[in-house]
Amino acid sequence: MSVATKAGPEPSARPTAPAKKGLVNGMRWWVPWLFVAPSLLGLIVFLLVPLIGGLLISFTEWDVISGLDGINWVGLANFETLLGDEQFWAATWRTVIYAGASVPLTVLLGLGLAMALNRPLPGRAALRVIFFLPAVVNVIAIGSVWLLLLNPTSGLLNQGLRWFGWDSPPGWITSPDSALQALILMAVWGGSGYISVIYLAALQEMPQELYEAARLDGAGRIRQFVTITWPALLPMTTFLTITQIIGRSQTFGLIAFMTSGGPGDSTTVLSYYMYQNGFIYYRFGYAAAMGVMSLLAVLVLTLLLWRFQRGRTLYGEEDRDG
Amino acid sequence: MVSAVAPADRRLRRRRRTARAKWLAGGVAMWTLALLFLAPFAWMLSSSLKPDMDVFAVPIQWLPADPRWSNYTRVWTGAHSMVHYFVNSGYVVVARVVGEVTLAALAGYAFGRLRFRGRNLLFLVFLATSIVPAQLLLVPRFMFFREIGLYDSLWALILPSLSSVFGTFLLRQHFASAPAELGEAARIDGANEFQIFLRIYLPMARPILAAYAILVFDASWNDYETPLVMLSSDEKYTVPLGLTRFISDDGTVSAALSMAGSVSSVVPILIFFLIFQRHFLKSMARAGLR
Repeated sequence: MSVATKAGPEPSARPTAPAKKGLVNGMRWWVPWLFVAPSLLGLIVFLLVPLIGGLLISFTEWDVISGLDGINWVGLANFETLLGDEQFWAATWRTVIYAGASVPLTVLLGLGLAMALNRPLPGRAALRVIFFLPAVVNVIAIGSVWLLLLNPTSGLLNQGLRWFGWDSPPGWITSPDSALQALILMAVWGGSGYISVIYLAALQEMPQELYEAARLDGAGRIRQFVTITWPALLPMTTFLTITQIIGRSQTFGLIAFMTSGGPGDSTTVLSYYMYQNGFIYYRFGYAAAMGVMSLLAVLVLTLLLWRFQRGRTLYGEEDRDG
Repeated sequence: MVSAVAPADRRLRRRRRTARAKWLAGGVAMWTLALLFLAPFAWMLSSSLKPDMDVFAVPIQWLPADPRWSNYTRVWTGAHSMVHYFVNSGYVVVARVVGEVTLAALAGYAFGRLRFRGRNLLFLVFLATSIVPAQLLLVPRFMFFREIGLYDSLWALILPSLSSVFGTFLLRQHFASAPAELGEAARIDGANEFQIFLRIYLPMARPILAAYAILVFDASWNDYETPLVMLSSDEKYTVPLGLTRFISDDGTVSAALSMAGSVSSVVPILIFFLIFQRHFLKSMARAGLR
């Protein structure tokens, strides 16, 4: 899991290789670098350079359109503005709610689906495919159909809710009170099948002897879950939750398409606020400063993940070196 | 003893019956949930075959009485034809799959099988870069591509993703656990390092290469955010971006056309998914554990 690297057999000892002059481990020293070069080059040009660029831009005021001459160095001013920007904090709070509600719900539903799918069921293979389906569809197709489904008067969702007796169902994305909830609902619908696939793979690798022993000791289904399944899946659950939070808080495509952050700014989460500042208002320096803040946030979350994972693995001693 | 057999037998039968009942009850519950999951897709498909005014008709007509196939002809041959969005997406998908798999295989092989000075440190640097959020890279990448004149071209979608940390990691794990003897035997026979990689270790990695290719295909076909930032002209649009044209074209929203476009965009990946279903799910499970 994570950045754990399975220690493979080291291709070190090569007693048969003749020790020729100028050769390291039986080959010229630059040969391995040829293999790595294309990836390394790509990483430098398209990741490290932009990374440094992003850091630099965060100290400027720049609309890009005026070219390199238009750069105006402002020091830490962007960060100062950011800290005093109420909209920024409101967007941060919305991100916390959006990711904080949708991710645990997605992970729990995914776990539930996986546990259900791990038992004999009619048409199990088909069910697995159906729950996973949203994960292979692009966000615009998903967003387009949900725009129709969520239509407050004639969408499928509210028609269903009225049928169940709810006379004035929410306005969903047309109302500031429920727009974020609608996005959370969509996220859970779209993400849990993917989570269930991952959990299912783990469940199928669980040692069955444990369950048999527990059954012999008279442990019921709930007891088995609490004492065996949950502890065994805990490291994975932590990992999935944190990576999903990181991922969820960085997407803006769906929001840009469906609500453009509205109505009002009820769905302006951090990632969208940044996109808006950069690509709609052309405040690239300010947007970059937000990018730097998001790097810090991801760093913190990653460190948290490492802390959680240390010594927590039950069946993964090989996870140590990494 | 004899009398004990009968109740035991009965108990067994009863247990089998309750197991069957549970199986059925579980099935009913899960299929109900599955129908809820499927409802948006059913709605998509059914709306794509209706005139606009019927999309919201109450009660819902799941099977349009008079399916309007012309929605599809309009989407495929009309003003914003899907054809060129598909062609653009096709270019990007092919380039990204070939490029990302090749680069990851090469680097993964070096990290997993070859020994060289600074290898572990370099690998660590590779891994560390994966925590850089895409958000931070968005602005500088956009500027970078503007400066080098590749903004609004498909290259801006292809190039940044070619070196994949995840792919390199995946293949490194695979190559590191491949047997060393095969390579050594070939080395004695006079094969050079590249030949050893190409003829011996690469063919052995075929399943994992396929798994990775599936992930890249999925990611590149469905990517919306990169093209949203990097492309500006309609003739460069990829499929997800093209789909937005049926929504906001001259202010009017054509629900039916956008559904026809959405269905069209889902079909290729759906076919791919159904054919490679087992591999697909396995790759996804593996991706989740990176």
